[in-house]
Amino acid sequence: MAKLGPSSYSPYPVAMYESILNPPPGKALMYDEIVDEEIAMREAAKAMLTRDNPTIFPGPQVLYEWNEEAKEKARLVRRIADTLGAKIIPMYDYRPKYPKIDPEKEINPNHPNLTIWHNNIKACIFVGVHCHYANVALKIIRAETDCFTIALCGNAGHEDAMITLRDQHTEELEKFIRVIEEVKRELGR
Amino acid sequence: MSFNIFKINEDLKEFMPPEIVDLEEKATWGNPKRGVMDLPYSKELLEEHSLCAGCPESAAFRYILASLPNPEETIIVNSTGCTSLVFPHIALHTVHSLFGNQNAIASGIKRVLEWRFPDKVKDVIVLAGDGATVDIGLDCTLQSFFRQEKITTICFDNEVYANTGGQESGLTVKGHVFKMAPKGKQWDKVPIWQIAIDSGCHYVARLTVSSPKKVEKVIKQAIYVAREVGPTYVHLYTPCILEIGLNSDDGLEEMRRTDKERFKFFEYMTDEAKEVIQRKKEEGLI
Repeated sequence: MAKLGPSSYSPYPVAMYESILNPPPGKALMYDEIVDEEIAMREAAKAMLTRDNPTIFPGPQVLYEWNEEAKEKARLVRRIADTLGAKIIPMYDYRPKYPKIDPEKEINPNHPNLTIWHNNIKACIFVGVHCHYANVALKIIRAETDCFTIALCGNAGHEDAMITLRDQHTEELEKFIRVIEEVKRELGR
Repeated sequence: MSFNIFKINEDLKEFMPPEIVDLEEKATWGNPKRGVMDLPYSKELLEEHSLCAGCPESAAFRYILASLPNPEETIIVNSTGCTSLVFPHIALHTVHSLFGNQNAIASGIKRVLEWRFPDKVKDVIVLAGDGATVDIGLDCTLQSFFRQEKITTICFDNEVYANTGGQESGLTVKGHVFKMAPKGKQWDKVPIWQIAIDSGCHYVARLTVSSPKKVEKVIKQAIYVAREVGPTYVHLYTPCILEIGLNSDDGLEEMRRTDKERFKFFEYMTDEAKEVIQRKKEEGLI
């Protein structure tokens, strides 16, 4: 448990602990290395296709029909899940839920490890989760589980994820689907 | 905020839990005539609560949330106490303030909303217990009345600091004995409803939550008056069955008993408030 990435079990932000910063525009972050977006996408696809119980955690920005982009992104998230053969568990509410959550049906940013432990998830994608809650949840997951985290972020990215893809909008998500299909073919699936 | 925020993207709907889907499909948004009579048929804004079994406060919550005329544009400000345990379960915007600061926070929110959304009606409601309203937050409560802030203040009076083990509060009745007040309270209950009138509230009501329809009427009147005229105050008796030694199913009986005594229905309104209430009645909204 908690063996992935250079900061592994550290509950501190990696930016503070390992001096890892978000990637510049057009680039991606893989562990503590800045790489081309395509390379990161391939690694993300590989992780999701080869690790156990891959799961996508969509947040409110794609779950709800705020605007046309959200609608389109939801469609693409669904396609990504279908292409990967991944499960979808929504993060629809950020408030701590007591006395307990149903870890099969939801993930909560205040104790995301419960859902990951319960479902034995070894790779996950965060998409459409607001930045501050994604940061909190990704730190907890890194410190408490051995789940490989991938952040598909619409803004500047999340250095606490093992792979960070920034500025991910509809065009980039479509590209990600193409990359997944390629990697799938390479893996003979 | 709009009730459209509960519209779920079709592609991901099947992964959402049924209680969230129900908020979109079966909740009463956008209907100012909504009320407690919708409770058996529609999705409630309170999915579940973390209060004790049979707590009258949970009933009060259900009635109040069912009575809000404009839930999609309502913000509730709460404070520390039993009530604050429920807010994470409510499908509305809520703000948890520092203990006692709730009316000051609500004043700020209301003013900013009026400035930011001049073309929209936004209701700001304070929901707090007796400790927050009358003891620790009395200053902020009264100052908001003095300043004529257009907010509705609802006090859940259980006559004790219940979730900290039973200390007496300003609203405890003289002579009442609690676990942490073994000698019995030495002073009279603070007549906060009277103080609210003297401090400039335009609509004041005192009642128990034994009658859901009465609660609905009072809450709607208080909100409509606060929208147009100025501060309003609703005092609800929600006994702490645990601290006064009753069983889970005794709460309603306790409220019915006090309906005839110290919580006999009391209502006060200024002429301006009367005019608003009359108009809303004619419009069929009350």
